[in-house]
Amino acid sequence: MADALRFRDHPAADEPAVSLDAFLNQPEAASVRIEAGDDVRRLAPVLARTRLIEVDFPKFRDGRGFSSARILREMGYAGEIKATGDVLVDLVWFMRRCGFDSFAPDAPFDAADVEAALARYPYVYQPAADPPGSSWAVPIWKLRHG
Amino acid sequence: MYRYDQYDHAMVQARVEEFRDQTRRRLEGKLTDDQFKPLRLKNGLYLQLHAYMLRVAIPYGTLNTVQMRKLADIARRYDRGYGHFTTRQNIQYNWIKLEEAPDLLAELAEVEMHAIQTSGESIRNVSADQYAGAAADEIMDPRPWAEMIRQMTTFMPEFSYLPRKFKIAVIASAADRAALRWHDFAVRIVRNAAGEDGFEVYAGGGMGRTPFIAYRIREFLPTGQLLSYMQAVLRVWNRNARRDNIHKQRMKILVHELGEDEFRRQVEDEFASFVAMDEDFPQAEYDRIAAYFAPPPFETGLSTDINRVDPDFALWVDRQVVAHKAPGYAIVNISLKPVGGIPGDISADQMDLVADLAERFSFAEIRATHAQNLVLPHVRMADLHAVWTALDAAGLGDANLDLVTDIIACPGLDYCSLANARSIPLAQKLSERFADPARQADIGELKLKISGCINACGHHHAGNIGILGVDRKGSESYQLLLGGSGDEETSQAKIAGPGFDEDGIVDAIERTIEHYRTVRAPKERFIDTYRRVGMDGFKEAIYG
Amino acid sequence: MKILTGNDLKTGRVVWWDGAGWSAHVEDAADVGDAADAILALEDAACRVNGGYAIEAEPDPAGRGVRPAHIKDRVRAYGPTVRPDLTLKPADPEAGTWVI
Repeated sequence: MADALRFRDHPAADEPAVSLDAFLNQPEAASVRIEAGDDVRRLAPVLARTRLIEVDFPKFRDGRGFSSARILREMGYAGEIKATGDVLVDLVWFMRRCGFDSFAPDAPFDAADVEAALARYPYVYQPAADPPGSSWAVPIWKLRHG
Repeated sequence: MYRYDQYDHAMVQARVEEFRDQTRRRLEGKLTDDQFKPLRLKNGLYLQLHAYMLRVAIPYGTLNTVQMRKLADIARRYDRGYGHFTTRQNIQYNWIKLEEAPDLLAELAEVEMHAIQTSGESIRNVSADQYAGAAADEIMDPRPWAEMIRQMTTFMPEFSYLPRKFKIAVIASAADRAALRWHDFAVRIVRNAAGEDGFEVYAGGGMGRTPFIAYRIREFLPTGQLLSYMQAVLRVWNRNARRDNIHKQRMKILVHELGEDEFRRQVEDEFASFVAMDEDFPQAEYDRIAAYFAPPPFETGLSTDINRVDPDFALWVDRQVVAHKAPGYAIVNISLKPVGGIPGDISADQMDLVADLAERFSFAEIRATHAQNLVLPHVRMADLHAVWTALDAAGLGDANLDLVTDIIACPGLDYCSLANARSIPLAQKLSERFADPARQADIGELKLKISGCINACGHHHAGNIGILGVDRKGSESYQLLLGGSGDEETSQAKIAGPGFDEDGIVDAIERTIEHYRTVRAPKERFIDTYRRVGMDGFKEAIYG
Repeated sequence: MKILTGNDLKTGRVVWWDGAGWSAHVEDAADVGDAADAILALEDAACRVNGGYAIEAEPDPAGRGVRPAHIKDRVRAYGPTVRPDLTLKPADPEAGTWVI
């Protein structure tokens, strides 16, 4: 079983993540927790000191975290983005494509399910926030036209 | 029509295998129903009253002979010999077994069909004008854009869990045959003074419990920026919609709460940042798709004579056949509303017949309409009699397009677990009451729509006459609404007064129609009379 | 009486708890009294039923079995009223008279 899944080489941040409001007021903090309703763009002025952003999924059906992660990558954030909460293993692929690179689900993933989910789709129709250099991240239209 | 390349095939097949695996895990008990439900909904599989129901996508309502034959084959081997065409141009099967669903989807994939994102909180089938590519009044065929949108919105990672479903429509004419303003997002292709193609963009429409008509949020969007704009709209909605009350999560609610101007402002803000990322699809990809929609090899110098000696044939021609842009050709509407029948239902044998007729007479192409009928888009006028003869023999020859017996009805309490009342028996009674062709012709255009519950899948809000089935102290009751429309003058139907039981509402509708006939101006349609005279006279006639 | 109903996981067909297992026929439905939750939890976990729930019902006065209190469950028990040929008892013209 995989209690946590991580696609980063660097050691994980070891301090507990604080709320967004607290983080903005604590210049020494490096880990922040984003709730589903938080506006991640508020992190813009402090992204440079941020090492870990936990994005929570209170219920798997609440898809706001996908937007949060992708916006963070668009803002140029290169640190760790971790999905926490009610995370379905079947959605891990789509989360990777939005910029998530670690996962701490409430219910542990089955390792075989993770492997299957990540290898499932050979191509992508549209751009997202895929990890830079990932082999799959060229949208199909680009493969068609070179 | 569009044909899959290796990439499209690979994506659909990956999805089939994913669902096969998810089904296996469910049947082994590794997934609870709560976990499995959103996954099966992403593949169009509902659990309804009697069995699993599968909704197969018919992208923008276009399908070919091979596909229709496969749909008939599926009906025979996986279902109980019939299918149901829906108000979003899809087809549904009512008796599917979960354990067989993965094989069914694999077979559909072989003919370039799927059930991806046809239910659940997904970006749903893009609907389009059923006369696309044949109508004289379109500036271009809208379907390449519909296909482009289909690909853009398939498996969009950021929108894996939207607040609710999202429905899109595309047209390319001034006439609106796709009910644009009842959709979450809709575009009309236009050409500006400089001769550039662009989109008039509408957003925030929808039916359901709280109907709203979409606003026009953009007068002109250059076509090359469509993906950026759509992502902007979806992102604003995804981030800002409520997530605590499923009845308040459609985008129409957010648009209404923010107001048109504020919604537009937020979208334009997001749009600017997407445009800056420069990720829109290139013209080359549009051109590649558009090539598939080049007109078929129409013959020239064809006869435009129609032998009207047979009065039944003449009646059918006058009602069901519409002018085609190519001389000598015609658009044929096939009624799936035989008097006393089940609206939108079609047997496997009938599907095969339509497939054969398409192959012989319509360049193998068929359309499904949001009024739950079918179309053969490109029929030579010289072949109309042969087509009609075959349709008539198969019970598909009713001449009632847009007439009072051309009823749109959801499956209702006979099939649907959400329903409060049955809609089909009511549709049957109504069509039998008004069966006389002369009477129907006299009444003229009258769009009657029945929903069995407040979710409005029968589109009753857009009915010239709408009927809503409700549960009144444990028994079925029906509300009567008047004045709705899905065309260029989109309007929401209004409740006429207290509800009725099944027999009561049939009589009430008869009184409604009689009042219309009493006060109408010459050649005035029901909806136009209603708009001119208002509700009061009708209310008086109905309730006395 | 309190009876249990749901859908078969594999086939999706409507089923009724008959006291020992799940039957396709509402006439076989057993009165479960207070045991509804316990039975459902067990059966759901064992994948023997999908989406099971308890409903009120009464023995049909004409002796035709069990009549669920709500019309929706009566439609589930009978089949689509507009396609008697697809119901459990297509040959019996009286089979659906108690549904509405």
